[in-house]
Amino acid sequence: MSSPEFSAGEAPAEKVTEVSGTGIPVRGNDIDTDQIIPARFMKVVTFDGLGQFSFFDQRFDDDDNEKDHPFNEEQYRGANVLVVNANFGCGSSREHAPQALMRWGIDAVVGESFAEIFAGNCLALGVPTVTADQDDIEALQDYVEANPDAEVDIDVAAETITYDDTVIDAEVHDAQRKALVEGVWDTTALMGANEEAVRETARSLPYVPAEHVAEDEA
Amino acid sequence: MSEGTLYDKVWDRHKVTRLPTGQDQLFVGLHLVHEVTSPQAFGMLQERGQEVAFPERTHATVDHIVPTGNRDRPYRDDAAESMMAELEENVRDSGIDFSDPDSGDQGIVHVIGPEQGLTQPGMTIVCGDSHTSTHGAFGALAFGIGTSQIRDVLATGCVAMEKQKVRKIEVTGELGEGVTAKDVILTIIGKLGTDGGVGYVYEYAGEAIEDLGMEGRMSICNMSIEGGARAGYVNPDETTYEWLKGTDAFADDPEEFERLKPYWESIRTDDDAEYDDVVTIDGSAIEPTVTWGTTPGQTAGITEPIPDPDDLPEEDRDTARRAQKHMRVEPGDTMEGYDIDVAFLGSCTNARLKDLREAAAFVEGREVADDVRAMVVPGSQRVRDAAEAEGLDEVFKEAGFDWREPGCSMCLGMNDDQLEGDEASASSSNRNFVGRQGSKDGRTVLMSPIMVAAAAVTGEVTDVREMEEVATV
Repeated sequence: MSSPEFSAGEAPAEKVTEVSGTGIPVRGNDIDTDQIIPARFMKVVTFDGLGQFSFFDQRFDDDDNEKDHPFNEEQYRGANVLVVNANFGCGSSREHAPQALMRWGIDAVVGESFAEIFAGNCLALGVPTVTADQDDIEALQDYVEANPDAEVDIDVAAETITYDDTVIDAEVHDAQRKALVEGVWDTTALMGANEEAVRETARSLPYVPAEHVAEDEA
Repeated sequence: MSEGTLYDKVWDRHKVTRLPTGQDQLFVGLHLVHEVTSPQAFGMLQERGQEVAFPERTHATVDHIVPTGNRDRPYRDDAAESMMAELEENVRDSGIDFSDPDSGDQGIVHVIGPEQGLTQPGMTIVCGDSHTSTHGAFGALAFGIGTSQIRDVLATGCVAMEKQKVRKIEVTGELGEGVTAKDVILTIIGKLGTDGGVGYVYEYAGEAIEDLGMEGRMSICNMSIEGGARAGYVNPDETTYEWLKGTDAFADDPEEFERLKPYWESIRTDDDAEYDDVVTIDGSAIEPTVTWGTTPGQTAGITEPIPDPDDLPEEDRDTARRAQKHMRVEPGDTMEGYDIDVAFLGSCTNARLKDLREAAAFVEGREVADDVRAMVVPGSQRVRDAAEAEGLDEVFKEAGFDWREPGCSMCLGMNDDQLEGDEASASSSNRNFVGRQGSKDGRTVLMSPIMVAAAAVTGEVTDVREMEEVATV
């Protein structure tokens, strides 16, 4: 094995300044990641093909018959803006949840609030998590339900959501906004550039043996 | 902003630089790895032609998919076998220590870190698992990360994060008889909500916390994430140091212990520290506490009525109505007497030796109710071995419990241990989400290990204080 070194990685991530498309509402507070993708679908070693399992137990009964769920409805096929309520993505840290949504076709999630790990996982995939007031979100969900073919525009930099004649004053968390707008959300590449500073920090910690962070390990 | 807290100090010691995003780059002192969330990260690393930067700061085990019965290889479940094989290959190729089932050290990642002394005060600890907050019990800054962040840590030894606020949760007074750390954390989440901790790190303090052993502190920190807080911690003290002295890291190396102790002392929260928020909870008023719904925040003391959704804050009503329908409970009733089909004693929250001792002391001389399927899943092989050396396995088996091999088991139903149909489970685990224990119609009631033992014996949710001979260990 060659000596470990971490490079700055490949090209910088793409900029995500805006997301436009049709919406799909999934209502309810505290929708946890076990609902977004049940654990039994995580017995895989890649994320490929997870999209079909999004909200699986909400969408199908024991005999695999379809239940009422927006992800089953023809009118929302092709939608890429998911509109949710409060504390979406709570629970397990599984990145399988945003991976499944992204592979289903979701490019942005708009909601009242998000669980932190979920929002971080979305950012790592370049998927914005945009928040707005409860009233604005519910109005947007109503609109999307009534107008499944209408376009919803998210401006990440300006922190607005626009539909019909309405402009919602939204929020994209500072670091997330900066990362997406400037295309610096590939944190492996970002942090990989600071190799020497990492070793210096590690060497200053009394619990880290010098040989664990030495430059040329055998 | 907080100042002078353990969180501030550990953050500062591990901060490498400020990133262009405004996040800080933090060095990770210990990276724990398990089979479910890591394979894709290793895959991404290989795609980029990168290697693991600091394999010696990394430790792996297998817990989520590992069978708790027949563990002969290949595993009967092909998917589990392929995940295990993938992990074996990844750790071998990268030179990462692996507590595998043949080592005698395998177990739930949040049980083995502390018992091997990998977990130490003043460290930054991450794992692709939200219950990484457990390790905060030792005064570490520990939190769960997603798979892309695992890639970051594997490749660079660092995570990118924004600093959060610190909320001190002071639990005053003494806990009553039959009341445990689990009841404390269920009460805290019930009061502050499942999203009350978003944006915060929780510092647990106060007499009731200081009186707890490390196992109890771990149970509390473990469920920080259920309250929305990504991390929670307790300042290290003599209780912490006593535990550390007995671990692999220091048992034979008292000099190393003495060398590191000043660092551990230095990162304790200062007396005049400033917090972003302080919450005080009267520990002496906490009852044995259980969940009545489908989030860990839907809790009630065992003698308290299940709330009427109409009396709850508006944003909680809809969730409460759906939860009560799923659980088939009525407002105004208590959870006492709720019939259960399964008793599950296990998980990273409550499957340590002390948990098993307390439950066994209660179970001794009693029998599992006829219609209840009861199982004990020790948190690790070392916990299993220690429990067997004390004869706890015999106590459980004689009472009618199934004594199984260590793993996550029925906490999340990724192996054969699952609820079936609409079975109701008295569970010492951490999540009562719909479908969590493997059946979408399954019903989970979270509670302490001793309450699980009581429910197993009576076949219904039971106030353990009402039973005779409540033993405390």
